[in-house]
Order: sequence, then C-alpha cells, then structure tokens
Amino acid sequence: MMGFIWFWLVAVMIVGYVVLDGFDLGVGVLHLFLARNEAERSVTLRSIGPVWDGNEVWLLAGGGTLYFAFPLLYASAFSGFYLPLMIVLWLLILRGISLELRNHLEMGVWQSLLDGVFGLASALLTIFYGAALANVIRGVPLQTNGYFFLPLWTTWTPGPQPGILDWYTVIGGLVALVALTLHGALWLVLKTEGELEARARSLVKPLWIALLVLTVVSLIATIAIRPSGLDNYNHYPVTYIVPAGVVASLALILFWNRNGSPLKAFLASCVYLFFMLAGACWALYPTLLPATGGPANDITLDRALSGQHTLAVGLAWWIFGMALAATYVVFVYSRFKGKVEMGAGH
Amino acid sequence: MSAELIHRLHFAFTVTFHYLFPQLTMGLGLLIVVLKTVALRTGDASWDRAARFWGRIFAINFVFGVVTGIPMEFEFGTNWARFSRLSGGVIGQPLAMEGVFSFFLESAFLGLFLYGEKRLSKTMHWFSAVMVWLGSWISGFFIIVTDAWMQHPVAYERMPDGHFEVLSFWQLLLNPWGLLQYAHNMTGAVVTGSFVMAAVGAFYLLEGKRREYAEIFLKVGVIGGAVSTVMIIFPTGDLHGKYVARNQPAAIAGMEGLFKSTTGAGIVLMGQPNEETQQIDNPIVVNDVLSFLIYGTTKAEVKGLDQFPRDQWPTALPLLYYSYHIMAGLGTWFVALMLVSALLLWRGKLFKTRWVLWALLLSFPLPYIANTAGWMTAELGRQPWLIYGLMRTSEGYSDMVSAGNGLFTLLGFMGMYALLGLLFTVLVYREIARGPEPKGVLA
Repeated sequence: MMGFIWFWLVAVMIVGYVVLDGFDLGVGVLHLFLARNEAERSVTLRSIGPVWDGNEVWLLAGGGTLYFAFPLLYASAFSGFYLPLMIVLWLLILRGISLELRNHLEMGVWQSLLDGVFGLASALLTIFYGAALANVIRGVPLQTNGYFFLPLWTTWTPGPQPGILDWYTVIGGLVALVALTLHGALWLVLKTEGELEARARSLVKPLWIALLVLTVVSLIATIAIRPSGLDNYNHYPVTYIVPAGVVASLALILFWNRNGSPLKAFLASCVYLFFMLAGACWALYPTLLPATGGPANDITLDRALSGQHTLAVGLAWWIFGMALAATYVVFVYSRFKGKVEMGAGH
Repeated sequence: MSAELIHRLHFAFTVTFHYLFPQLTMGLGLLIVVLKTVALRTGDASWDRAARFWGRIFAINFVFGVVTGIPMEFEFGTNWARFSRLSGGVIGQPLAMEGVFSFFLESAFLGLFLYGEKRLSKTMHWFSAVMVWLGSWISGFFIIVTDAWMQHPVAYERMPDGHFEVLSFWQLLLNPWGLLQYAHNMTGAVVTGSFVMAAVGAFYLLEGKRREYAEIFLKVGVIGGAVSTVMIIFPTGDLHGKYVARNQPAAIAGMEGLFKSTTGAGIVLMGQPNEETQQIDNPIVVNDVLSFLIYGTTKAEVKGLDQFPRDQWPTALPLLYYSYHIMAGLGTWFVALMLVSALLLWRGKLFKTRWVLWALLLSFPLPYIANTAGWMTAELGRQPWLIYGLMRTSEGYSDMVSAGNGLFTLLGFMGMYALLGLLFTVLVYREIARGPEPKGVLA
C-alpha cells in the first residue's frame, strides 16, 4: 500500500515539474523566434520571470522525495545516468544564469548571446528530459547488484547494451521538445497581447500537427520496444481511459485555441502532459526501472522501497508540506495573473 | 588519481563554491527584514530604497545559489550512490523536506518580493521579505540536519542488508549536533551578510557618494556584525567545539595538531603540523588553554592522535589543522573590528574614521573564507568516515562511475564555475556602482 502511494506521489511531483517548468522551457525555445524587438522579448521573458525558479523547485522536491522513498532507485539511476544528468545540470545552470543576467546587462551584443544560450539550453533540456523518460521505458543494462552505467551512445539501437541516445530515445526527446514548445506557445497566448499573442497563436497549429504525429509514432514505437507495457492496461481495461485522455486533451488544445479560450487551451495542454506521463508510469508499474537483460534484474517497487516507518512519517509531513506549497503556488500565480504589461520593468 | 579521490573532490569543489552564495542569502535575508521593518515603522523612503537595493543583490545571489545548489542534490546519487542507497531512508528525509518546506516558500515569496512591490500592500511586501528570510533559514536547517546525521548519527536502525532506517523522526530533526551546528552556522551567515553590507557602506563613504545610504548600511552592518561576531565565538562556537571534543575526539586532536595526549594542553596559535615527525614546527603556544576551553579546567587531559589507530586519523590532517586555525584566527579579527566599529558608531565617529572604513571595506572577503574554512573543519574532521563510526568514505562513492568520467565532469564544473564567479562579480559590482537611488538620480 505504501509502495503504491509513494509511487504515485513521486509521479505527481514529476508531473508537477513537467507541467510547470515545461511552459517556461517552451517559452525559452520560442522567444528566439517569436519576439521581434526588445520590448516583445522583455514581455516574453517577464511572463516567466516571477515563476521559473519556483517551477524548478518541483525538480528538487521531486528528486528529494525519490531519494528518501526509493533510495535504491535514486542511487542506481543517478549514478547510471551520470553523464546525461551532469549535462542537464550544466544546461540548468546556463539557462538560469542567462535569464538572470539579461535583466542586468543592458548591452546589445551580450543580450543576443544570452538569448541564444537561454533558447538553446531550454531546447536541449526538453530533449534530454524526453530522452530520459524513454530510457526508463526502454530499460537499462542493470546488473544483479542493482547498478548500471550508460554511455551517451553506442550503436543508436535499443538492445541489451544501449546508450542514452538511440533512435527510440531520440523520438522521446523530440516528443518532449514539441510538446513543451506547444505548451510554452499556449502560455504566451495566455500571457501576452497584440502582435506577440497573434504570432504565438499562429504557431499553435503547426506545433499541434507535429505533436500529433510524434505522439502516434512514439506510442507505436513504445509498444514495439516494450510490449509488456500493455499488460496493466489489458488487465484493468478501465485504465484505457489514460490513452483516451491523451487523445481528448490533444483535441481540446486545438479546439479551445481556435475558440479563443487560451486558459482552457493551456490547461488542456497540462492535462495532455499529465496523461502522457501517467500513461508511461502505469505501463511500467510496479517496475520502476526495467533491465534490458530480463526482468530478474528489474528495480521494482518492493525492492526499492524505504522502510514502513520512514514512509509513514514521511507521508505525514509530505501532505502537510505540499498543501502549504500548493497554497503558495496558487497565491503567486493569482498575484501575477493576467497579461504581462508592455514596458513595465520589475 | 583514484575514483574515490575524484568523487571527493567533485563534491568538495561544487559544495564549496555553492556555499559562497547561500551564506550571503541567509545573512542578507535577515538584514533586509531589518531594513524593511525600519522602513515600515518610520515610513522613511530611503530605508525602502535601501531594502530594494539589497533585494537586487539578494536576487542575483539567490539565482547563483539555486543553480549551483541543484547539482548538490543530484551528486548524492550521481557520485555517492552506495552511500545514498544505504542512507536514503534517513537523510533523504531532511533533503526532501528542504524542497517541500523551504524552496517552495522561498521561491514563491521571492517572486512576490522582487516583482510584486507595486501589486502588494506595504505590509504584504514586508511580509514577503520575512517569508524569504524564513525560507532560507529553513533550508539551512534541513541541510544541517542532513550533515549532522553524517557527523553524529542518531535515531537510526541498521537493517540486515546494511541500510539505515529512521527510528525517531523528531530525534533525527533535533539531533543535538545539528542544533549546535545550526546556531553556529547561521550566525556565520549573519557575519557574512553584515560584513558585506558594512563594506558597501564604507565604500560609498570613502568614495564620498551616497552618504545617506552609506550611513544606513554601516549602521545595520556594524550592529549586526557586532552581535553576530561575538555570538559566533560565544556561545555558539564554544558549545559546538565542546560537543565535537566529546563526540569526535580524533577530529579535535587533528584540528589542534595535538599528536600526543597532554594534561593541561596548550592552544597552538601558529605553527605547521609535521606528520612525519608528529609535532608542530615553529609553534607559538599558549599553555593550558585548550584543556580549559574543552573541559573548563586547565588540568584536564586532552586526547592526542596517539590514542587512535592510524586508520582512524583524519585523512587530510594538515588541511584540517589549517582550516580550523584560519577560521578561529579570522573570527578573532572579526570581533575586534566589529567591536571597534560599534564603539565608534555609538560615539558618532564611525563615518569620519577613515582607517576603520578602509578596514571594513577590505575585510568583506574574510567571512567567506572563515565560513568555508569552518565547513572544511567540520567535514575534514569527520574523515575517514562518511557516516561517523559507521561507514567509511571509501565505501560510499559510486563505483560504477569511473575516475575518468568523474574527472570529465569535475573539469566541466570547474570551467563553468570559473565563468560563473566572473559573471557574479561583474553583476554585483554593477549593482553597487548603480547604487540604491532611483534611476537617474545621484544623491
């Protein structure tokens, strides 16, 4: 029971991170193409200014929760994915610093450099996150002691000795890139006005078509790579509601965007991301990290779970703490709701 | 270079660089609350502008703290996987609590504090400053609890497969080691914040600019500095030192360079520990003081390193010794300078006494060095243990990550952080040069 609860609590933290940091990553990818002048760029970036580091907190809180609820998984995955995680850290550093610096350096050439770094780091992060999830679904070469180490690439083909990047995980990376860019575009429609808003809105459709194609391709590829991923669904057919939710939310994004309901379109995109991730979690459950060499070495829920007392105590403060955190998040977003004004500095 | 050494350097380098930022965040957080409180009570706009100015510096510092802090949480898993696997059930708890209880609070209210002054009432803006301060201090608490468990493990049970489980949540959080270390460490952060604020005030006065703000900064910095520099020695440093002496006697022997057990042990003010001959070269010693400081009597015996098997000696003995002596030596200078400044402030002469202003300006890097040296003392003193008495450092690193891969990312961090250090200096210098006055007005 504790295992089931904590599996989904960690999943909630990850979904929270992707939904929230996702739109500011998407804005990071888009601002290079969307903003035509300094005023527009400033509005674009100020739409995420007060919230981006709060959004990143979900990654830290999620990582911490993973650490204490599933120490074996944390130890194994973090050391096994050593190189890509370090690259993610460097990208997070570059991204945070370039955004912050641009508020302080008023020199044109430096701003262009910083904007470029910010955009590129954001794009690469989305790709790495997508590839990371795809790595988990594909499985890693776990040894009997629960550890593994993955090089960045080997033959670019999933198999018993894969690398971080192969054709399957690259598809995962592209899905994340397009999904989060679309997510960011919907955020900008919501938060900006005038030409900027119109340009963001016009991007929604092409991004949506690309996402539809990639979603279908990735679903097919996932079933091909991991046929056992369907077992849970077939065992509990009611859970086919998750893929149905993916399709429905995808359709609603386009519908509400056309309909002039930007908030609903953005929320539909949140729901889409939620169903995509929840669907992947459910496909794996109760495995946390599958082994490419066969299920004997899988890291499963039971194997990775902390002790009962630890988890029971944890549940008490987690619920209390996250209720507080949710209050702050709602409060901050309500304070900054509405369109970002042109020209008003912070 | 062995993988163990690389992983140790990896964590040591990234955490040392990281902690340059939070110590200012935590110290300045408190001082900004002081500025905002005075502004709220007196309605004096220059105190509000002073708070806004330090808020901008705080924000830069905060972002650098965040981006260098994220790697720390990752490195428990990436570089110290075997340690994390066994101890995650215990120390994963405070680490997760830091995220849940502190980071959400801190980031939410910092956004409000920086971007929301026009959208909030004066009291709400003051409140957001208080919450930012509180968030940073809660964060510090959970990190200290984590470290304290490694220094002085309490409230745990070791399972047959070797991993640790928490027996009592409250005992884990209220580990006496942690409470003492927290008091000492937070006082250290206030020392850094006070020195930085006073130094900027001194800089403006010496330049002959922005008198009004300079005097605010010096008042707050010197009063905060006088209180915190005294408290860093007594009671926090004194109590923490005595607790270390009781629970990690080998660490104290290493810190003091005491190779042989001595009754009426003296304190070494200067000298170089010589591991080959097992003595201090060129010593300047004050007799009996060490025995008195630890046990309250000049006659007590203090255990020397000769009482411990060689494989339980702190592994980087000279560095431990120097770290401790640098911390303690600088601490003495801080008290002297801040008390003189406070006396002059009280007599109304501080703003005209140029040599003291110069001393305050030039001393601003020293609290950073002292705080760093203090942490090196704590962590080197813990060696050769990762969890004191329970798990050796050599048993904890990720053996799946080869020395070559570890060195690759260590070099990457070194390059990245060299750049960050440069950028940070430029940014903060620009803010100081721009000053607290509204744009286009030079006081």
